[in-house]
Amino acid sequence: MIEIKNLHKSYQTGNNSLHVLKGIDFSVADGEMVAIMGSSGSGKSTLLNILGILDEADEGTYHLDNTLIKDLNEKVAAKYRNKFLGFVFQSFNLINYKSALDNVVLPLYYQGVSRNTRLERAMHYLDKVGLADWATHLPNELSGGQKQRVAIARALASDPKVLLADEPTGALDSTTSYEVMELIQGINDEGKTILVVTHEDDIAHMCKRIVNLRDGVIIDDSKVSQVRAKSGIHV
Amino acid sequence: MFSLERWQEIFETIRKNKLRTFLTGLSVASGIFILVILLAIGQGMQNGIAKEFEQDASNRIDVWTGVTSESYKGMNPGRFIQLNNEDYDQTVNKNIDELEHKSGVFRLWGALTSYKNETGSYRIEGVRGSYQFLENASLSKGRFINQGDLDNFEKNAIIGQRVYKDLFGDKDAIGEYIEIKGVKFKVVGVYTDPGGEREETRIFIPITTGQRVYNAGDDIRLMSFTLEPEDTFEKSLAASEAFTAQLENDLKTKHIVSPTDTSAININNTLENAKRFFDLMDMIRWFFWGVGICTIIAGVVGVSNIMLIIVKERTKEIGIRKAVGAQPISIIGMILHESIFVTAIAGFLGLFFSLFVLEMVGPLIETDYIRNPSVDFEVAVATVIILVIAGALAGFIPAYRASSIKPIEALRDE
Repeated sequence: MIEIKNLHKSYQTGNNSLHVLKGIDFSVADGEMVAIMGSSGSGKSTLLNILGILDEADEGTYHLDNTLIKDLNEKVAAKYRNKFLGFVFQSFNLINYKSALDNVVLPLYYQGVSRNTRLERAMHYLDKVGLADWATHLPNELSGGQKQRVAIARALASDPKVLLADEPTGALDSTTSYEVMELIQGINDEGKTILVVTHEDDIAHMCKRIVNLRDGVIIDDSKVSQVRAKSGIHV
Repeated sequence: MFSLERWQEIFETIRKNKLRTFLTGLSVASGIFILVILLAIGQGMQNGIAKEFEQDASNRIDVWTGVTSESYKGMNPGRFIQLNNEDYDQTVNKNIDELEHKSGVFRLWGALTSYKNETGSYRIEGVRGSYQFLENASLSKGRFINQGDLDNFEKNAIIGQRVYKDLFGDKDAIGEYIEIKGVKFKVVGVYTDPGGEREETRIFIPITTGQRVYNAGDDIRLMSFTLEPEDTFEKSLAASEAFTAQLENDLKTKHIVSPTDTSAININNTLENAKRFFDLMDMIRWFFWGVGICTIIAGVVGVSNIMLIIVKERTKEIGIRKAVGAQPISIIGMILHESIFVTAIAGFLGLFFSLFVLEMVGPLIETDYIRNPSVDFEVAVATVIILVIAGALAGFIPAYRASSIKPIEALRDE
């Protein structure tokens, strides 16, 4: 699903060049659930942004579902993002003047799905994350956990190949964190490829594989036995 | 641009952001409103001043005489200078190519006039045929004085609309006989004058007849001329001033009046007065245009400012939209579509509101110098369009920038 070879990325800050990724080789098979770990400044967010076609690598190759991602213009990048990827952010990034349902509808709108179909599909995914009753609520009427579940529903709505989650539990307390992770695990159980960036050990161990980054290189990449998240609340 | 989906998206955005929409709309609508009102008042002042000059031909030159104030060549001051037919004939012969309309005027003040049992006291003016044009009078019935009247000393009269109402009421006046200071005249015409009632309480008779029946010899009270118009106002004015100076000089020489005497020979050049008013009017017009253009600029700046703020405020939203697959063109389209829609609606609302206010309040503020304040509708619509385009352009730059920044940066923007 994901093939990365010798990936380099540096940022220019004034006269200083900051070499963030120093040659990453990394691949993810279909249906995997991978945690990317590392302290801050290790380059994990940068890696995720490149994987998410939100940013471009300076060097190296990146294949996503056998498509080479390189030198894309904004138009094609937007198309690929819409087709291949679903994003879950630490700060949820919901549009605050749109209801939960309308937020979930958005990727479908940009896919050009007709109005009735997209409302139906968005409702289906809201139901899947257990928020069907909250469809008409605005984000600021929802709790943090609920917001993140709306974001997950939105990420799933376009039926992406890969779900990218950047610190999905970073802004949540541990109970809601586990709820969200349980949901993500459930999605992975259905066969979706998932990448989770986190710096929390317990969250990382809820994945099936942990990739450890330090100073822009992978120092450890090993499969782990998955810890099932038990929130006690079943949705 | 016209897809239903886009409209739905925009209406939703507008509905959910009422305050922002309202503020954008208000700045556009008030800009248009102020501009239209200003232009209308400017136009009203122009109309008012133009009206002041309508009562007589706008390039009329009048010559009349008074009493000398200086001794000159052995003559004492206090001598009355009398114009006569000879003065008129000489002036006409000398300037025959330049003159357009010309007439000597013999005048009787407050002449008792009667028709059957109705009587009134009117100003009688013995004139020539082209005096009609000097007065800007138009005939509502019958004809004006012609050459035959002058040659044959016909006792024909053309009465003003007001005189007609006084003496005849609604009856037909043409062919009826009225008595002016004991002499019977036949009414051959009724005229109206844009100068209004005061100008319509007069009776015109042939100058030759007047001089003869009222024992005036060949005295005339007034000479009145217009010159053939030139290509431009400036040329007309120059010709008119030259003619006036020449005429004054000729008359003073002939009647032995000191060149510096200001009371014996009086010349009123309407064009010179007009020039002063036209200059003033031009200034007023430029002033209002200046203020208007400044208003538009202020409006454009206001709209641009708001667009900048809107785009800034929506940076994160734009990032989110891009992350879920929005293409840059659709971002630009969305922002522009919304801004054009809001500014256009607000602009036309401002326009219609200002026109409504003009319609309601306009008649209340009418004075001699503000008449029929109104605005050229095309100019107003053009202004709205300029403002909408300016708003769109102003919105385009930040929208374009927002659409091209990386979603990751937009998302980081808190």
